[in-house]
Amino acid sequence: MDFLIQRLPLYLDGAWVTIQLTIGGCALAFVLAMVFGIMGTIRHWLPRAIATVYVEVFRGIAALVLIFWMVYALPQLTGYQLADTFAAIVALGLNVGAYGAEVVRASINAVPRAQVEATVALNLSWSQRMRLVVLPQAWAQMLPTFGNLVIELMKASAVVFLVGIVDLTAVAQNMREATGETLIAFIGSFILYYLIAQVFIFGMRLLERRANRKLGRAVPGGGGLLALLKPEPVVTKSGVAK
Amino acid sequence: MPPSDTPEKAPSPGVEGQPLIVFDDVVKRFGKLTVLDHLNFSVAPGERVTLIGPSGSGKTTILRLLMTLEKVTEGVIWVADEPFSHMRRGQGLTPASESYLRARRKSIGMVFQQFNLFPNMSVRKNVIEAPVHVLGTPKDEANARAEELLELVGLGDKIDAHPTQLSGGQQQRVAIARALAMKPEILLLDEVTSALDPELVAGVLDVLREVAETTDITMLCVTHEMSFARDVSHRVLMFDQGQIAEEGEPEQIFGDPKEERTKSFLRSVLDNGF
Repeated sequence: MDFLIQRLPLYLDGAWVTIQLTIGGCALAFVLAMVFGIMGTIRHWLPRAIATVYVEVFRGIAALVLIFWMVYALPQLTGYQLADTFAAIVALGLNVGAYGAEVVRASINAVPRAQVEATVALNLSWSQRMRLVVLPQAWAQMLPTFGNLVIELMKASAVVFLVGIVDLTAVAQNMREATGETLIAFIGSFILYYLIAQVFIFGMRLLERRANRKLGRAVPGGGGLLALLKPEPVVTKSGVAK
Repeated sequence: MPPSDTPEKAPSPGVEGQPLIVFDDVVKRFGKLTVLDHLNFSVAPGERVTLIGPSGSGKTTILRLLMTLEKVTEGVIWVADEPFSHMRRGQGLTPASESYLRARRKSIGMVFQQFNLFPNMSVRKNVIEAPVHVLGTPKDEANARAEELLELVGLGDKIDAHPTQLSGGQQQRVAIARALAMKPEILLLDEVTSALDPELVAGVLDVLREVAETTDITMLCVTHEMSFARDVSHRVLMFDQGQIAEEGEPEQIFGDPKEERTKSFLRSVLDNGF
């Protein structure tokens, strides 16, 4: 225990890098997911084709290969060397954004056709329809899967230690090499990964709950903040699945 | 021959007075199924027309074509002396573009069988969002109008409620207020009471009677509520297999139907307790 407490600052530095990678990667992934996900629902073939190419390309490349490419290959091609952390964020964002785009597309398509017909009857334009009706309803549908992707991205960020970024995994690895305390060194990063994940999950559930409230779906069991530690119940159109 | 292939010569719309809506030889097919079969009829401004007939006879399709939710397969729909399903190009007509439809359909509103209120908005927002964003109505004015309309449909106290907190009948009355907020010249009512519990039907029909009496909105109404049809409509069209089997004033259609198809339809509807 003393071992960990003495080295806590190092662990916290590593954790901070992991958090930065996760937040940065998620922010980029979110923007990409929204843009390409919405493009994937447009009737015209061109935006749809662009969205498909993005999704298929970046979903198919391992995050690690993408990071290597950003850090080692891109400078050779362009002459510019991105900061390592920034390159890692871009790589993670591109990769997870491709998954997210599919989530966005599917959620938009899952908004009932009758809702879209009501927007036609009120003569809303395409962008008004998206902004006022379709996206707010699709949002509640996206969030549970987005929650998974946030955690996936956080875990995928562990590969950055292979390009020399000192994240939570790298701290444990360095510690192990320096002291030979393999077991304890990794327990430290286990715990911190777990705690970080819990914070992100908590945040996502908060968003999910708010989104469901907005759609008039009551949160059963009411619930103070502690209720958020339980997963959201599956909400169906006709009510809450028991 | 579908109109998309060759622009056809623009015919002049109907003759009796100045009709607001004209269906000129309209055909609608879904795949191999012909839903509307060379349909011709017109509706005068301010006229209230009820469409009756067995299910699958094409009544709802007529409303959906007018709301631009479907496209005609053949023929042309005219509204206010201008092509509606099509637009003019040179001497002829070509199928309407999305922007043309958007400009033309603003005079038309629709109330759906399943209400289709937006669950992500309060009752107030359901009513004001379209006027504010589509018509550019100032927010204060839209709010005042929403209050007025919700008062009209008897839901003045529910303005800040959420749609899911309302009964089906209340939701449908909000949907009527929402449609009226867009100041339509033409209001399409698609089986607006069919999804309601029997005890909620009267409230919705009362609101529509009031709208019929106090405005000059042209109404096309698909309904199985024969007494409502008799009360509010100027004319009843009996549909069967995508064509008009019989038409006339409500007294005649309900009191003294000429066609066997009308008689048997009315018998079956009345037997079912409508």
